[in-house]
Amino acid sequence: MADEDKKRQAHRALVDRVLNGEGRASAEQRARAFGNDGLSPPLDVLIGKVADRPAQVTEEDLAAAKASGCTEDELFELVICAAVGQSARLYEAGLAALAEATAKGRPDHAT
Amino acid sequence: MRLDTLNHGYGPGTRLLFALIRLFSGHPVPDAAKLVFYRPDFYGALAKEFTHEAMRGPSAWSVGDRELMAAYVSKVNESAFCVGAHTATARQAYQDGPRVAAVLADLESAPIEGPLRATLRMLGKLTREGKVSAGDMREVLAAGVSPQQVKDALAVCAAFNTTDRLADAFGFELLSPEGFEAGAKYLLKRGYR
Repeated sequence: MADEDKKRQAHRALVDRVLNGEGRASAEQRARAFGNDGLSPPLDVLIGKVADRPAQVTEEDLAAAKASGCTEDELFELVICAAVGQSARLYEAGLAALAEATAKGRPDHAT
Repeated sequence: MRLDTLNHGYGPGTRLLFALIRLFSGHPVPDAAKLVFYRPDFYGALAKEFTHEAMRGPSAWSVGDRELMAAYVSKVNESAFCVGAHTATARQAYQDGPRVAAVLADLESAPIEGPLRATLRMLGKLTREGKVSAGDMREVLAAGVSPQQVKDALAVCAAFNTTDRLADAFGFELLSPEGFEAGAKYLLKRGYR
């Protein structure tokens, strides 16, 4: 179990860093990118694709975000937040389904 | 890469390191490696820790199994760079190219163990649909996978859903087949730290 905690802990540390540590983008913007929620155009298009259809991100999506006033360092951070955010949701969803399966799925659980 | 700063925004020490890697490996530094050297305090340092723990930390899954999971998740995400990198790494880890090719071509007919197949199926669904049910997990457990193995596989899945997105968003340049083989050799020798 200790090893499992290490994987999970390492993941939590990464999530905490990108959301709450120092950054060029504001913590509020990073949280929005992480959650893929509440960003204004054209950033919402780029971040939405990173979260849901990453293979469809284009050069133009990044160019449009830059033209809207984002610096490259801000984009570096926001794209990372979007990627880490979507992965964190998948991780949580998988662990929650496993917890449910092991809690209710075992015939010997009724104690 | 699609942000100029990811191509050029490195200090002299890092640039020297890249030059040495190029010199000794005979291959340019892959974009995946460059990315973790860019402002490592923001992402690279902790991302490497997590990825290494997921891919090389203690687990009942072999390194080959975990590299295959990485390749399979990357295939679902259509992330060409990561498919190339982790197909090569899984192939070398298993010393079995046809096994890896068969899984990526058709998971259901591939000649692999039941527990691994059930786990890959679940990771594929989670990655594709963003969710899995308790029923899906019961099927994996019924195939003989332990709860701890499920957790370990979910960590691999989280690591590669992150990396795949960055590869595609930032536009990692594909390597030559020799470049992917050299990268795979490095990942098996040194891991992700």
